[in-house]
Amino acid sequence: MEDKPVATDKLSTSRDWEPLIVAFFCNWCTYTAADLAGVSRMGYDPNVRVIRVMCSGRVDPQFVLDAFAHGADGVLIGGCHPGDCHYVEGNYKALRRYLLLKRLLRELGIEEGRLRLEWIAASEGEKVSKTINEMVEQVRALGPLRLTRKFKEWDAELAALEAEAQSEEVAAHA
Amino acid sequence: MSEQKNGEVRIGVYVCHCGANIADTVDVKAVAEYAATLPGVVVARDYKYMCSDPGQELVQEDIRNLSLNRVVVAACSPSLHENTFRGAAERAGLNPFFVQMVNIREHDSWVHSDREAATEKAKDLVRAAVRRVYFHKPLEKRRVPIHSEVLVVGGGIAGIHAALTVANSGKKVYLVEREPTIGGHMAQYDKTFPTLDCAACILTPKMSAVKAHPNITLWTYSEVVSVDGSVGDYKVVVKRKPRYVREDLCVGCLQCIDTCVFKEPKFDDEFNMGLSKRKPIYIPFPQATPKVVVIDPESCIQLKTGKCKKSCLEACVERGAIDFDQKETYEEIHVGSIIIATGFQTFDPRRMPQYGYGKYPNVYTTLEVERLVNASGPTGGQVVTRDGRVPKSVGIILCVGSRDENTNRWCSRVCCMTSLKLAHLIKEHTGAEVFIFYIDMRAAGKGYEEFYQRVLNEGVHFVRGRVAEITDWALDPSEEGKLVARVEDTNTGFVRRIPLDMVVLAVGLEPQPDALNVQRLFGIGCSMDGFFLEKHPKLAPAPTYTDGIFIAGVCHGPKDIPDTVMQAGYAAAEAIALADTGYFELEPNTAYIVEEECSGCKSCIPLCPYQAISFNEEKKKAFINEVLCKGCGTCVAACPSGSIKQNLFEDEEIFSEIEGVLAYAQ
Repeated sequence: MEDKPVATDKLSTSRDWEPLIVAFFCNWCTYTAADLAGVSRMGYDPNVRVIRVMCSGRVDPQFVLDAFAHGADGVLIGGCHPGDCHYVEGNYKALRRYLLLKRLLRELGIEEGRLRLEWIAASEGEKVSKTINEMVEQVRALGPLRLTRKFKEWDAELAALEAEAQSEEVAAHA
Repeated sequence: MSEQKNGEVRIGVYVCHCGANIADTVDVKAVAEYAATLPGVVVARDYKYMCSDPGQELVQEDIRNLSLNRVVVAACSPSLHENTFRGAAERAGLNPFFVQMVNIREHDSWVHSDREAATEKAKDLVRAAVRRVYFHKPLEKRRVPIHSEVLVVGGGIAGIHAALTVANSGKKVYLVEREPTIGGHMAQYDKTFPTLDCAACILTPKMSAVKAHPNITLWTYSEVVSVDGSVGDYKVVVKRKPRYVREDLCVGCLQCIDTCVFKEPKFDDEFNMGLSKRKPIYIPFPQATPKVVVIDPESCIQLKTGKCKKSCLEACVERGAIDFDQKETYEEIHVGSIIIATGFQTFDPRRMPQYGYGKYPNVYTTLEVERLVNASGPTGGQVVTRDGRVPKSVGIILCVGSRDENTNRWCSRVCCMTSLKLAHLIKEHTGAEVFIFYIDMRAAGKGYEEFYQRVLNEGVHFVRGRVAEITDWALDPSEEGKLVARVEDTNTGFVRRIPLDMVVLAVGLEPQPDALNVQRLFGIGCSMDGFFLEKHPKLAPAPTYTDGIFIAGVCHGPKDIPDTVMQAGYAAAEAIALADTGYFELEPNTAYIVEEECSGCKSCIPLCPYQAISFNEEKKKAFINEVLCKGCGTCVAACPSGSIKQNLFEDEEIFSEIEGVLAYAQ
């Protein structure tokens, strides 16, 4: 961990870089499947942090962007299989947003493999474990995204440019 | 977190050991110590069993003594104990929705082995919850009223038992069965293991009770075509298929069958597994309930061509029950809960061609042999081969379409006992030598092992090995004209060839071919094997994830008759409890509009699958009807101005959770 923690509620110990994946799992299918993976002791990499939402349709693209902006190396969205949504069609809405979001991420220079949408039914504990392991592997291969550090670099770059412009202005006036 | 929007936030964090379940993998002390350093946290403790009474008492004491107004419990999945801790908070005078669960068991200690990584993960998740709970608001649960009527889908023993139980409690029941009669698979069985009770003798009185019960509306030859609404008020449309015989007029005298222009039965009798024939106008079996004949439109000359002399009509001229112009009708009903008991199909052994089913006439399935040994079956209870011989040697092959990577991986649970029963019955009827080819004999159940011992003592031969093939290729004169089972007897280590006159395949149980449609129709889940998914494999094996919908019988997974009846009674008890309570409490996770911010763009309106969002033309604002809202949050995610909020899943709550799990990475 290169960046020093600033807020008071951060861990004090340091860690080597490990892919960090934020997952949004729908309450009815994928979150339950992850529970099942637990009950069945289907181990997987500890790099994922699951956030429960009622439906994959609740996943606002801003959640994904926010996760990347705050240091996630990958984002996984899990919903019910098409036709199985507890709320009839929320997963289709999720799919629509996901496809647009993928285009947006490409524009932003965030690699395709960092965002994944997967349909995982409540009975598919094995698929949770498989998907997470695959994604961790994939993101590990891509390396750290470190948008937070890039933001700082860009801020510094901008500040330098501004300072330069200002000094030129001062020089011109002088 | 210097800003204190909700007054002074005082958070208590409780980290559960869950015995060793969590504590073995996660350093719970370290997590609690870390939690104590987080902003807003007043107290952080770890405890052996948080969900126990003393554990809950701990939370309640702290709420009272330390004036906590937020509680974070890091323990198991919220699906297990969220309500437990909400209840604890409520008893201490705190609004239950100020509680946030952190899943460090199913999502952490049970799936990771690296103690350090698992502890870090637990800290991340606790930090996210602490940040999230800060934004929680006091909420009220919504109550919806429950219609006391119950719908039971499927009229096998599960549906029959469930329907009778609910009806006996004084509730109205609709029992819908797609076949012309109720009874299901159990009606086809001869005897039941291990007591050798005659299946019909114990089933048909229950069938008659269903028909006669004042609280049961029985709709056979009918199917559910649509289901709307939710717990308490499901609107269900049932299609009643035309049987071309008026149920209210037919008395079941069966004279129409005698006078049918087909003098001899010509069409495969489904009830007897095609081992006998029926006419186009028929009754599935003598005790069919309701005792109403049915005309098969596929084989009836009148219905196919319109050119029959309609002798059946003449036979029934007085009552006029036969009606060739009958059309399908639709009934709409409102029920508070639904019990699904749609049963199973047996494995089609043609998928395992090595056993020659469909190729060698004397290879049977267990269900066919059930009909053969039955006194009212196609042969009047004579066990004879298709060429009319009494078999001298019979082989029963177990696990056909069960415990097999190539077909179905699960154990069908009933085949061992069914085979023991049939071995006994075949021996009794014919005196034949009976061989049972098995992988493992599974006789777990009351009186089952004793029955196994009895059949062993009767001299049935048990050969441990999976049969490689059934062939009619004779290698020596003793095999001429016989079927030969080639099998490795793993008890002796020899490959054996056993000549047989009759082979019985103990076919496994599978989900109904249309189980997926039924699953979608009712909005429930399926397990990997295609059977319907229960809410909890141990503690809630009849409820589903959809409130007010219960499952019973083999549609949930293979089980025998006693287990089916028990589950059906349990499902009925759940439905009765729901109806008697009279209301159901819903999670208050509905969405609402912040009117000042709504721009009236209407983009949310078409997104709602429940038509809960309308547009107020006067105010030019959207409006969400909270009664209709189911709380998916799809509209919240779509609102371009962020003016829709979802209780329990507000943007601030989720953003703080995201930033909480990532705080370390920044």
